[in-house]
Amino acid sequence: MKTLESLAFECETGNYHTFCPISCVAWLYQKIEDSFFLVVGTKTRGYFLQNALGVMIFAEPRYAMAELEEGDISAQLNDQKELEKICLRIKSDRNPSVIVWIGTCTTEIVKMDLEGIAPKVEKQIEIPIVVARANGLDYAFTQGEDTVLAAMVHRCPEYKDCKRNWKEKNKQFEVLNKESIFKETQLTRFNLVLFGSLPSSVASQLNLELKRQSILVSGWLPSQKYSELPGLGNNVYVCGVNPFLSRTATTLMRRKGCQLIGAPFPIGPDGTRAWIEKICSVFQVKTTGLEERENQLWKNVEDYIEVIKGKSVFLMGDNLLEISLARFLIRCGMVVYEIGIPYMDRRYQAAELLLLQETCKKMRTPLPRIVEKPDNYGQVQRIHELRPNLAITGMAHANPLEARNIDTKWSVEFTFAQIHGFNNVRAILELVTRPLRRCKDNFNSISYSLSKQTMPLKN
Amino acid sequence: MKLAHWMYAGPAHIGTLRVASSFRNVHAIMHAPLGDDYFNVMRSMLERERDFTPVTASVVDRHVLSRGSRDKVVSNISRKFEEQHPDLIVLTPTCTSSILQEDLQNFVDRASLYSESDVIFADVNHYRVNELQASDKTLDQIVRYYLEKASKEGILNRSLTDTPSVNIIGILTPGFHNQHDCRELKRLFRESGILINLIIPEGEFLKNIKYLLRAWFNVVPYREIGLMSATFLEKEYGMPYISTVPIGISNTADFITQVEKLVNLWASIILEKRVKYALYVENQTRFVSQATWFARSIDCQNLAGKEAAVSGDATHAASITKILAGEMGIHVSCSGTYCKHDMERFHEQVQGLCDEVLITEDHTKVGDTIARIDPSAIFGTQMERHIGKRIDIPCGVISSPVHIQNFPSGYRPFLGYEGTNQISDLIYNSFNLGMEDHLSDVFGGHDTKEISTKSLSIDKDKLSWTPEAELELRRIPGFVRGKIKRNTEVFAKQNDILEITVDIMYAAKERPNP
Repeated sequence: MKTLESLAFECETGNYHTFCPISCVAWLYQKIEDSFFLVVGTKTRGYFLQNALGVMIFAEPRYAMAELEEGDISAQLNDQKELEKICLRIKSDRNPSVIVWIGTCTTEIVKMDLEGIAPKVEKQIEIPIVVARANGLDYAFTQGEDTVLAAMVHRCPEYKDCKRNWKEKNKQFEVLNKESIFKETQLTRFNLVLFGSLPSSVASQLNLELKRQSILVSGWLPSQKYSELPGLGNNVYVCGVNPFLSRTATTLMRRKGCQLIGAPFPIGPDGTRAWIEKICSVFQVKTTGLEERENQLWKNVEDYIEVIKGKSVFLMGDNLLEISLARFLIRCGMVVYEIGIPYMDRRYQAAELLLLQETCKKMRTPLPRIVEKPDNYGQVQRIHELRPNLAITGMAHANPLEARNIDTKWSVEFTFAQIHGFNNVRAILELVTRPLRRCKDNFNSISYSLSKQTMPLKN
Repeated sequence: MKLAHWMYAGPAHIGTLRVASSFRNVHAIMHAPLGDDYFNVMRSMLERERDFTPVTASVVDRHVLSRGSRDKVVSNISRKFEEQHPDLIVLTPTCTSSILQEDLQNFVDRASLYSESDVIFADVNHYRVNELQASDKTLDQIVRYYLEKASKEGILNRSLTDTPSVNIIGILTPGFHNQHDCRELKRLFRESGILINLIIPEGEFLKNIKYLLRAWFNVVPYREIGLMSATFLEKEYGMPYISTVPIGISNTADFITQVEKLVNLWASIILEKRVKYALYVENQTRFVSQATWFARSIDCQNLAGKEAAVSGDATHAASITKILAGEMGIHVSCSGTYCKHDMERFHEQVQGLCDEVLITEDHTKVGDTIARIDPSAIFGTQMERHIGKRIDIPCGVISSPVHIQNFPSGYRPFLGYEGTNQISDLIYNSFNLGMEDHLSDVFGGHDTKEISTKSLSIDKDKLSWTPEAELELRRIPGFVRGKIKRNTEVFAKQNDILEITVDIMYAAKERPNP
């Protein structure tokens, strides 16, 4: 841990803009195909969801609000009965395999005992109910997924119980692949479960990368279906694919006895390689062809690197991907002024932080300052002083900064785009370079600020 | 508890924030948990706002939960004064602070001792009122506060302007076509020789509120916001107001007649003459607005008796119903609003103009009704547009809630004479498109469809996809699938690959400059 001390961590007021963590519903309901997400909260949450998720609302989504009314708040109504009524309706309308209750700030404040009610309702409606407290009192944006996955851990079967199924499944897998490269003994050695919700194509890309190193991924948390949750237990190794999953990691270790592989995250070719290498080293597998593969990828994106090399970037911070992104961008030759981040788990992100340091050394750039719980007002002042070439920021600040001639990229897009693994390196750079690739000739003629505030006021 | 997927009107604090951020140099501080400052995103995205939305949160976290806000709110207020010197800071409660039952008024009292900005506590109850009612209430609260303040300081200016003048009350951000409507209203008054005294809240400084009483009368273009202030001003200061919405030919004429009446109240004394707008109305109706002529033309004849369903806020739904039924001869099967609090008035407005009236906040009820009626066109909110999409009925958007495409850069008022032109287009285009669709169905659809999809895949016979690769392809979202398929095939062809595996797909994705 000593090496980490040279990185400067600061902590500000926490007056920053981010999405409410219930937004994780948006991608999780799509990932877990047979689920239904019920957000228990007030109109404020509903309004946020409906605006943040825009078009998805109209696609008959598998999520809804249990909207609390005055009677619920003042405990004139019985929470259990009310929730039961709603869940029965969901059952008859959709018949999901699992209902996930998302607790919000309101349920926290009125101390609604969701965890206590859930087993009773579960019995009544005969559908499993998972409770996750994804509220804005404790968490930011992507941490919502962390709370849901941590709650899901308890629903994963014990590894021993599903061992037999697993073998059968592998037989099928081998048949499918015609040639079997895996021996029975090897299979049992690699009990590797990856955690983090990724689009299925990205997940299978990562599976494939590991398969190339002859490591077979035995399961994912979350799985495509609730009924396919991976088996967990003492001799199962787990590895995270996203930097915001510290609660899930802790739960996996403490409650299921899994072994955590602490690795940098597979974002960017450097991150992906380090991630694979770390996993291989744990299983004592010698990697093959990784260096060539990484170099090839850097070569493939030379056109993009040309655009951003030497440019500066300021990450305001709202989704916890910031450290990994900054590390990748530094490796691309950018200068990072500041990494804002809502919450920094130095243990879970230790390997990533180390790689960030090594990358800075390698690229001979100064270590960026890492600002936890940033203060957006102060950050905007710093952006005005530093004038970075690019600010990665939330939507609340993007247009105002653009009007002041600062190029911005919405940070939210990194959450929703496919950015993991070797295959998606171009996708990240596509996002980062987009504001810098816009035709600048037209803009140059208007070098003044387009903000209305800076214009002389009447009166 | 109720199961809800969607809501028409937002929570109360949104209304307060809309009013606060519409005034110039006013800052709102929300007492809310992290992530509740979503209003900033909406304003910045929907209205494509260039400036930072003057809203910050005094974040409610675990500490606040256990120990109360203590000095946090007060220090946030004084800090905001130091940073930006707003004229007014509005402390905005949210659903969270409603339950915490902290004495926010007390914080406001304490903060106003330290801060040179005025500080008020928005007096809205999250569980009783919605966004629209809250904005009405907040606007009223601010107007009262500053009039009272001015009268205490003895600087309240109550002398009427020399020429007729008007206040426009209730233009605010992000409102449905509000900016354009405001411009159109200004034009209308300018052409009638009436000065605009103040427009509140949009873009106005609070220090000018003391001049509010100088106007001869007030105008409230939208029923939802401003009515409270207008009735207060009438009661307290005897200022008359007009709450007729000038949307559509007859409503606009009615509006101008009322303007004439109010102007003449004082005109005969101050100007020693009376104004007459009859000629103005006639000229505008005949020549500036195309709506009357449109209603007469063959195009509109084709629309006669066609069925339509209307849904939206009370102002727009009632006016559009009136236009459809009264001015265009369209059969309105159902007209409805989600403004439950204004239902009596709505009933009264659309009485005799439609078969049934639907007052509900439940979008599934609206959807079911529309599906049952099966009209030729719908006029509603973005929700109804999506309902229409699902059941193949065209929809014109006439009211919020809306998407970014309903904040056009071009000039698109709904009010006044130019507004009638815009509405004619909107109505005609909705029906016309429906007709075109129907005809092409009758004649077997667009015959060009097949040709355009053929080129998506090249040299089909030479290349083959392995089952896994096909499976992978199916996982890719529909709207990019064709492109990815084609890219992969081009890549395979360039590299003389005949069988496409999952690996080839990824390799194609990784290569530079696809």
